[in-house]
Amino acid sequence: MIALLLRDLKLAFRAGGGFGLGLAFFLIVTVMVPFAVGPQSSLLSTIAPGVLWLGALLACLLSLDRLLALDWEDGSLDLLATAPLPLEAAVSIKALAHWLTTGLPLVLAAPFLGVLLNLPVPGFFWLVMSLLIGTPAMSVIGTFGAALTVGLKRGGLLLSLLVLPLYVPTLIFGAEVARRGATGMETQTPLLMLAGITAATIALLPFASAAVLRINLR
Amino acid sequence: MSIAAKANALWEYANPRKFLATSERVLPFFWVASIACIVVGLVWGFFFTPDDYKQGSTVKIIYLHVPTALMAINCWLMMLVTSLVWLVRRHHVSALAARAAAPIGIVMTLIALVTGAIWGQPMWGTWWEWDPRLTSFLILFLFYLGYVALWEAIEDPDTAADLTSVLCLVGSVFALLSRYAVNFWNQGLHQGASVMRAGAITGTDTEEKVSNVFFYPLMICIIGFVLLFIALVLYRTGTEIRARRIKALLARERVGG
Amino acid sequence: MIPDLGKYSDTVLSSYVASIVLLVALIVFSVLRGRKVRAEMEKVEQRMMRNG
Repeated sequence: MIALLLRDLKLAFRAGGGFGLGLAFFLIVTVMVPFAVGPQSSLLSTIAPGVLWLGALLACLLSLDRLLALDWEDGSLDLLATAPLPLEAAVSIKALAHWLTTGLPLVLAAPFLGVLLNLPVPGFFWLVMSLLIGTPAMSVIGTFGAALTVGLKRGGLLLSLLVLPLYVPTLIFGAEVARRGATGMETQTPLLMLAGITAATIALLPFASAAVLRINLR
Repeated sequence: MSIAAKANALWEYANPRKFLATSERVLPFFWVASIACIVVGLVWGFFFTPDDYKQGSTVKIIYLHVPTALMAINCWLMMLVTSLVWLVRRHHVSALAARAAAPIGIVMTLIALVTGAIWGQPMWGTWWEWDPRLTSFLILFLFYLGYVALWEAIEDPDTAADLTSVLCLVGSVFALLSRYAVNFWNQGLHQGASVMRAGAITGTDTEEKVSNVFFYPLMICIIGFVLLFIALVLYRTGTEIRARRIKALLARERVGG
Repeated sequence: MIPDLGKYSDTVLSSYVASIVLLVALIVFSVLRGRKVRAEMEKVEQRMMRNG
C-alpha cells in the first residue's frame, strides 16, 4: 500500500502535471477575480472566502481526469485489480495521493491568495481549516467521478458535469465556514457538517469507486 | 450451448417480448386517460376557478407547477428503484426503463423551474430567487443532465447500465444531502424570508383557505401527469428495447455474415 | 373566451404556453423516435429472415 502511494506521488512529481498545474490555476483564478468584479477592497473581502473555495474546487476538478487515466492507458489498473490488495484500498490510496499532490498544496496556498483578495484577518484560520477538512472529500468524490469516466476517450468534460453536482454539499458547508469565520460568526455547525460529509465520503465512496472501476475493467 | 445458458438467454429474451406485448395493450388506455385528465384538469383550473385574493390569477399556474414538480422528483425515485432492480436482478427492461425515464425527468424539472420563475416574477419581484426549493430543483436538473450524458457517452449498453445505475444511487444520496445543505445555506443568509414563500410554492396555503375550489382540478392534473408519465415511460422503454434489439441483430449479422 | 386574468395575464399565459410547448415537444420527440426505431427493427428483422 505504501509502495503504491509512493509510486503515485513520485509519478505526480515527475510528470509535473497535477502538482504545479492545480496551483497555477488556483492562482490565476484568484488574480482574475478583481479584474472581473472591480478593485473595491470592501467588495473583495466580502466575496473572498467564496471565491477562494470555488477556486480551490475548480483547481481540484481540473486535475481529476489525470487521476486514473494514465494508469488506465498503460494497463497498471488491470494489474491493480488483480493484485492481492483489495481494489477499494487501491482506490483510497489513489485518492490520498491526489489529495497530497493537489488538495494539500491548495490548502497551503490559500492564505497567500487570501491576502490578494483582502480576506479579513479572522478569516484566514477558518479558511485554511475548512479547506483542510473539505479537500479530502473533493479528492474522494473526484476519484469516484474519474472511475466512472475512465474508459471514455473524451471523458474530461463529462467528468466535470458528473462531479460538480456531487461537490455541492461540500462547497456549501465549506464556504459557509470560511464566510462565517471571516465575519466573526460562530462556525461550529457548518464545520461539523463539513467534517461529517468528509468522513462519510471517505468511509463509503471508495466502495462505489471500486465497484465502478471493476465494471469498467470488465 | 448448455441448458442453463439457454434458459438464461430465453429469460432475457422472453421478458422484453412480454413487456412489449403487455405495454402495447395497455398503452392506448394510458395515453387517452392521461391526456383526458390533463385537459380536463387544466381547462377546469384555467377557466372555472376564481382568482386567489392575494395572488390574483397567477394561482392558475399551480395546475402546471405542482404536478410537474412532483413528477420531477418521482421520476428520479423511479429511476433509483429500477437502477437497484437492474443491479440486483440484472433485468434488462429495468435498466432501459431508467434510461427512458431520464429525459422525461429533465422536461418535468424544466417545466417546474420555468413556471416557478415566471410565477416568481410578479409574486417576489424577481425571476430567480435562491430559495432552497428552487435551488434544489436546479441541482436536481444538473443530476439529470449528468445521468443522461453518461448514458450517451458509453458504447457498451451493459456497462452503461451498470455505471449509470451506480451514479443514480450515489447521486440520490448527494441530492438528498444537497437538499439539506441548501436549506441550511439559505437560512444562514437571510433568516425567515423563505418561510412565508414556502407555502406559496407548495400551494399549502391556498389549500387551507379555499380548499375545494383549487384542490379538485389540481388533483385531476396530478393524476393526469402521473398517467402521462407512465404512458411515456412505457412507450419510451419500448423504443429502447427495440433499439437494443436492432443493435443485437446487427451484431449477430456481422458475426454470422 | 379567455377569462379575465387581470394584470397577471402575461404571467399566466406565458407559463401555460411554455409548459404545453415543452410537454408536446417531449411527446412528439418520443413518438417520432419510437416510430423510427420500430420501422428500423422491422426492416432488420425481415432482412434477417430472408437471409436465414
